[in-house]
Amino acid sequence: MAFFKRTAHAPLEYSKSLWMRGWVALVMLFLYIPLFVLMAFSFNDSKRNVVWRGFTTKYYGIAWENAQLWDAMMNSLTIAFFATIFSLIIGSMAAVMLWRFRFPFKSAVDGTMSLPIIVPEICLGVAFLVFFSWIGWPSGLVWPINLGAIIIAHITFCFPFVTMVVRARLASFNREQEEAAKDLGASEWQAFRDVLVPHIKPALVSGALLAFTLSLDDFVITFFTSTPGTDTFPVLVYSLVKRGVTPDVNAASTILILLTVLLTAVALKLQGAKALADTH
Amino acid sequence: MAEQDWKQQKRPFAAVSTLPLLWTLLFFLLPMGFVWFYSFGRNAGLTEIDIVGTLDNYKRATEWLYLGIFLKSLAVAALVTLICLIVGFPVAMAITFVSEKWRPWLLLGIMLPFWTNLLIRTYALMIVLGQQGYANQGLEALWSGASWLKTLIGLQPLSTWEPAPLLYNNFAVVLGLVYVHLPFMVLPLYSALDRLDKSLIEASLDLGAGHFRTLMKIIVPLAAPGIIAGVMITLIPALGAYLTPDLMGGTDSQMIANVIERQFKRANDWPFGAALSFLLIYAMFILIAMQGLRKKPGGDAR
Repeated sequence: MAFFKRTAHAPLEYSKSLWMRGWVALVMLFLYIPLFVLMAFSFNDSKRNVVWRGFTTKYYGIAWENAQLWDAMMNSLTIAFFATIFSLIIGSMAAVMLWRFRFPFKSAVDGTMSLPIIVPEICLGVAFLVFFSWIGWPSGLVWPINLGAIIIAHITFCFPFVTMVVRARLASFNREQEEAAKDLGASEWQAFRDVLVPHIKPALVSGALLAFTLSLDDFVITFFTSTPGTDTFPVLVYSLVKRGVTPDVNAASTILILLTVLLTAVALKLQGAKALADTH
Repeated sequence: MAEQDWKQQKRPFAAVSTLPLLWTLLFFLLPMGFVWFYSFGRNAGLTEIDIVGTLDNYKRATEWLYLGIFLKSLAVAALVTLICLIVGFPVAMAITFVSEKWRPWLLLGIMLPFWTNLLIRTYALMIVLGQQGYANQGLEALWSGASWLKTLIGLQPLSTWEPAPLLYNNFAVVLGLVYVHLPFMVLPLYSALDRLDKSLIEASLDLGAGHFRTLMKIIVPLAAPGIIAGVMITLIPALGAYLTPDLMGGTDSQMIANVIERQFKRANDWPFGAALSFLLIYAMFILIAMQGLRKKPGGDAR
């Protein structure tokens, strides 16, 4: 195999050494074997996940018919959609505020706004549980208004990430461009819309992707803010793992994994791998 | 370019600052404030809590039972971080020095699990680690292979294979946390290594230092900000981990987040849970302050 062939290499070509390649291969196997096993088992003709009993696609049909699964998926996507939109707006506003203005207690405001990134999920989760029960947030509202509490919670932990990404991009903005636009007669708003926003657009794209993934991925905070009927996909999978998973969940998970691959591919096309890695 | 004073630009300032400030106040500081006040309260009845300014909850939280769980969580998180660093560093090195053609693929390989749903990943790992999962089947094959080798050289075969308990214990928790957090470690490490001036490594090698010495004396010190960022980005979520110990741990492997959850759900002792939450938050602050002490001014560690 060419991969393991030993060839002479320059001192800096660490990636050509045999043990380095073996190491990377092992790590990749560790990361991917569970995912591949899960995907393989979604085609397994058995009610349990342990032995291979032959190929079938019937669980995809069963998953398609499973109303509980559909509801959870729809809830997850709706929450992620609204959380992303609001996080983008609030997050970029905060970024512009912190980048452009000098105001009293600025470092305190800056620190407080990045706190949701640092505070453990469990603490944020119980804080929302306490908060929503104290203000008596009504349960049993019509869909999608019943998702409001979860959306609010998700915005709170997503928008600081958008702020972080947008702020990094703003650092490379040349303020003179904005000045020039204003000298040429643009209003404050026009300068913002036509000069500043186009400049931060790549950051808005990666910020949106980050917020969407974080929201879709979240379990702990949703777990503490969900009421009956607002289960998201992670919350549903959690309760199924506790009680016993049916194979159609494997099928749904496989579809979600493939969707993730697709989204990542789109993100890579838009951003390039290096830039994407830097946002984390 | 200099920042503008908000007083000279009141309207644009108000336009961008109102919503973020209000949101942070209403939906972050206020909920956290409630928890903080509750931590000085006492259960009065089934749903009512009196804020009486007592320190009893904190006193109870520092009892040996809970302190032990705290220390154990810290130990588990530290172990997970160490394993991630040891496993992840060579991977980050490989990504840095690999040819341009391969680099995006390796990066993608690390990033895909990062973007994949955490619950799906945990559940997938549980399938593999189960009593009849592939990890156990692989171990059984090794075991019978070893047994066969022993009979080949005329020794007694090994005793019959017992499935190894790979799930629902502390081992599973550490393995699960490493599995989940490894990408978090590799990406900042790669970011730091990529910025490193390669000619310094060449100089070190040219001047007679071996690869290991170059690694310890040149690469590690220069990549220190990335290493610290990677450590923090792994250590902090691992310390507050709820899902992995809950799903993959046994009865004795609960971490601090599981104890907090129990106070708010089954045990219904919100004031005590609030006190534990704030102790966890203070622990985070101490960790971050320790990092701040080491960080050089102007250094950018995300």
